[in-house]
Amino acid sequence: MKKILLVDDEPNIVMALEYALKKKGYDVRIARDGIEALNIFEKIKPCLIILDIMMPKMDGFEVLESIKVDENDSSKVIFLSAKNKDDDIKKGLEAGADDYFTKPFSTKKLLDKIELLYQP
Amino acid sequence: MINSWLLIFVIVLYLGFLFFIAYWAEVNKKSKLVKSPYIYALSLAVYCSAWTYYGSIGVAARSGVEFLAIYLGPVIAAPLWIYILQKIIRLSKVYNISSIADFISLRYGNNRSVGAIVTIICALSIIPYISLQLKAVAESFNILSYSDDFSNESKYLFTDTTFYIAIILAFFSAFYGTLRYDASQQKRGLFFAVSVESIIKLAVFVFVGIYVCFYLFDSPQDIYVKASKNFDVSSLTKFNGLEDGINWWFTIVLSFLAIFLLPRQFQASVVENKNKKQLHSAIWFFPLYLLIFNVFVLFIAFGGRLNFSENVNADYYSLLLPLQNGDHFLAVLVFIGGFSAVISMVVVSTLALSTMLSNNLIIPYGFIKTFQKHEHEKNQKLIKNIRRLSVFSLITISFLLYRFVNPQTTLFSIGLLSFLLVAQLAPSFFIGMFWNRGSAFGAKSGMITGLAVVFILYVFPFFQNTDFTDASVRTVNQAEILYFQAESLSFLSPVNHCFFWSLSLNIFAFIGFSLIRRGNYRERNYGEVFVNSSAAINMKEDSFVWKGDAEARDIINIWDRFIGAERAERALDIFKRRYKIQDIGTKADARLINFSEKLLTGAVGSASAKILISNVAKEQPIPLVEVLKILEENREAIASNKQLTKQSEQLLGLTEELKTANDSLKKQDKLKDDFLNAVAHELKTPITSIQASSEVLKDNTDMPDDLKNQFLENIMFDTERITKLINDILDLEKLATGRVKLNRITQNLMDTIQHAIDTLKPIADKKNVELKLKSFQNEIFLKHDDDKMIQVFTNLLSNAVKFVERDMGKIQIKIENDLKYIIISIEDNGTGVPKVDRPYIFDKFYQSDEQAFKKNEGSGFGLAICKQIIELHQAFIYLDETYSTGAKFIIKLPKTIENEKDIISR
Repeated sequence: MKKILLVDDEPNIVMALEYALKKKGYDVRIARDGIEALNIFEKIKPCLIILDIMMPKMDGFEVLESIKVDENDSSKVIFLSAKNKDDDIKKGLEAGADDYFTKPFSTKKLLDKIELLYQP
Repeated sequence: MINSWLLIFVIVLYLGFLFFIAYWAEVNKKSKLVKSPYIYALSLAVYCSAWTYYGSIGVAARSGVEFLAIYLGPVIAAPLWIYILQKIIRLSKVYNISSIADFISLRYGNNRSVGAIVTIICALSIIPYISLQLKAVAESFNILSYSDDFSNESKYLFTDTTFYIAIILAFFSAFYGTLRYDASQQKRGLFFAVSVESIIKLAVFVFVGIYVCFYLFDSPQDIYVKASKNFDVSSLTKFNGLEDGINWWFTIVLSFLAIFLLPRQFQASVVENKNKKQLHSAIWFFPLYLLIFNVFVLFIAFGGRLNFSENVNADYYSLLLPLQNGDHFLAVLVFIGGFSAVISMVVVSTLALSTMLSNNLIIPYGFIKTFQKHEHEKNQKLIKNIRRLSVFSLITISFLLYRFVNPQTTLFSIGLLSFLLVAQLAPSFFIGMFWNRGSAFGAKSGMITGLAVVFILYVFPFFQNTDFTDASVRTVNQAEILYFQAESLSFLSPVNHCFFWSLSLNIFAFIGFSLIRRGNYRERNYGEVFVNSSAAINMKEDSFVWKGDAEARDIINIWDRFIGAERAERALDIFKRRYKIQDIGTKADARLINFSEKLLTGAVGSASAKILISNVAKEQPIPLVEVLKILEENREAIASNKQLTKQSEQLLGLTEELKTANDSLKKQDKLKDDFLNAVAHELKTPITSIQASSEVLKDNTDMPDDLKNQFLENIMFDTERITKLINDILDLEKLATGRVKLNRITQNLMDTIQHAIDTLKPIADKKNVELKLKSFQNEIFLKHDDDKMIQVFTNLLSNAVKFVERDMGKIQIKIENDLKYIIISIEDNGTGVPKVDRPYIFDKFYQSDEQAFKKNEGSGFGLAICKQIIELHQAFIYLDETYSTGAKFIIKLPKTIENEKDIISR
């Protein structure tokens, strides 16, 4: 089963996304901050991380940076953020994310994107 | 009594001291002391000569308060004096004027004979004045050295001490008066010494006054009581009817004129003036000086009369009283004071007069040709020598006059003669400044007429009768006054009578002849300049219309001869810069001519300057109409130029204002942007949650009911969050724009805090967090808005609850009391505020990059709202940065007087 790590500190958003992803058949793990996210990442090596940028303790960019240290790693990253300026998006994609969703976003579109990423 | 050699030694010592002071000031020209405006004001006190120092006591003893008029003139007229003086000074500075003769002669088109007549009148007026000073020195010297027979004058010239004193004075004046070649340049050292002398003479005089009032007598009242027993005091302290009053006013007017017209006053107040500030201090300081000088006059006079017989010269009571009492040292001091008054008067007068004699009489009437041949150094030397010679001749003539004049003549009557003579300049001087049609011919006629009247009515009777004694001058003169004296004017004193007729006829002749024989274009041109002085000064060289043909090279050659090549070059530089020209060309234009005349006026006087220029330039007479037309054009050009400058300055100012306004708008715009961004950002989180939840609900109709309910609850929770956020924003805006009125009532603050705690208690309990309250008092009555303060405490407490860890959290509210404030602190053992965020936590627009703190906090506007509410209570809220085991917020509520009472009484 395809493993997805969902990282956000907003419990309500997490709850909704978790339900939708599980329904689609993904194996979903949850982290509430950056450090927890890295711990889980090391353990389960998910194929995809859905990553909020602004979080307590460690933000999304730092998490992404830590993951990308391992060059062999093939996991994909989708950023979620309320920051919606062009500059913010550019910065996110340049940091190595595969996509960038600005909050609020359509869950359906996010799911479609995830499906697309998993297509061989 | 006092060895005369000792006295001479004292005199020489004192002169040495003055030399030193003058030298010191010349070297330390830039020091604050030398530049002080009070030095200028003090130098004006050169007005107080020996006539004041000794003579006013004599007058007071003989005729009472009459003496005051001489000083009241300047005092009463001080404001008017300053006003007119400003105009005179401005003109004099622009035209390099160095004496009153120059001033008047320039007004009438650099007229040579006008300048000469003014000089002669001044000389006639000053020579007796100087001889009066010599007389005072000689007599005071004799009083000190031979006790009784002080008026005993030496039969031989060479045994007369006055002769030697005159020589010393002449050297002193000649040396100091001619240190500089350009007469319009200032002589700081000399005038600093004059100011020091002014202090000395005043100090000694006041000291003698105190000595007489409180040492020789018990008090001023004592003198008055004793005096009224011995002689008729009331006649000395009151006017005898209207006649005396009118006489008094005449003398006041006369002295008012003298303060402008006496050459030494013109020198001190106009030529030596450096800036406006000096005038501002002189306006009150100089009258004050005169008033102080006159405080003790009457008492010394009365004291003298009580002690001495009638045939003792009352002028010298201030010397005789200490001598009689054996206080020799004091007597010598008084002598030094009088000597100071003499030296300053003689030096400044001879300085002024020698400049006038050389620049307005000797040079224009005889030496012009010589000068044109010589080189600069030679000319300079010659001019200096002419001035030195003038100083010596003046003092010599004065000395001779002193030897001839009856020793019994009082100081006061000679002084008034000087005033009378110099007053004859008044019509040409004052009317000329305000009436543009006054002509040179009118001025000359007026002055000569006035002079003639003074001679017929005052001077001839004065000298004819060599036998008059003391105050009998008055009666003798009255007998001599023949046909002029109409019955109705018989009440006037001889001086005032002469003053009245001479000045009336002078004015009449001046105006009459000015109207009959109008001035030429040149006179009229300068008439315009003097009357509209401020406009003329703005017009600079355009204020004078000149047409003619002159080689610029010839003009510059004259400069070289008279001011030296070096200064000439500098002057040319200034001229070029002023008119923004590279080269003056071959032909001289009106500007260069006018500039040259001004430049040369400083060195050789206005009349000679004109002659020098006219020798190398073919001047064409211009019709008067054309002069006026060109002047008007120039004036308009200057005015429109000025207006343009003003407008462009205004525009510049406006641009600057717009720029600031724009900057501030930009800043506000940025703040608004930041604010909107912050709001949008805060709104996005709950909206995202709502959107995600509703999408999930919509797409999964098969969801179990309890899960469905959970999602719906989440949606409701986030909706509430949005509502709260919007309310907070609105609250904050209302608070920040001042649209919120506090409902401040005196009530128990503890109740308010308890209310907030009660609200937060369930949440704290849920997280198992300890919440403690500690206070110095159970009831604190303080005026505050209950609802708003609950909002503040709730906000701070909920923050604290959020940031502490479950089960471990401890929150403490402590209330303390100090002199001025009730201090409430709320501390927790949570994560604390990150250092980078500390400066900004109360900032409503701040959006932390370290979102950690903000995200947990809720709307992000809570602390900003708290701060606004607290500030509306005139209180303070801040984060205690020294507290490191969590966060600690401190609120200081001021105890107003009213609050204080409440706190104590309960």
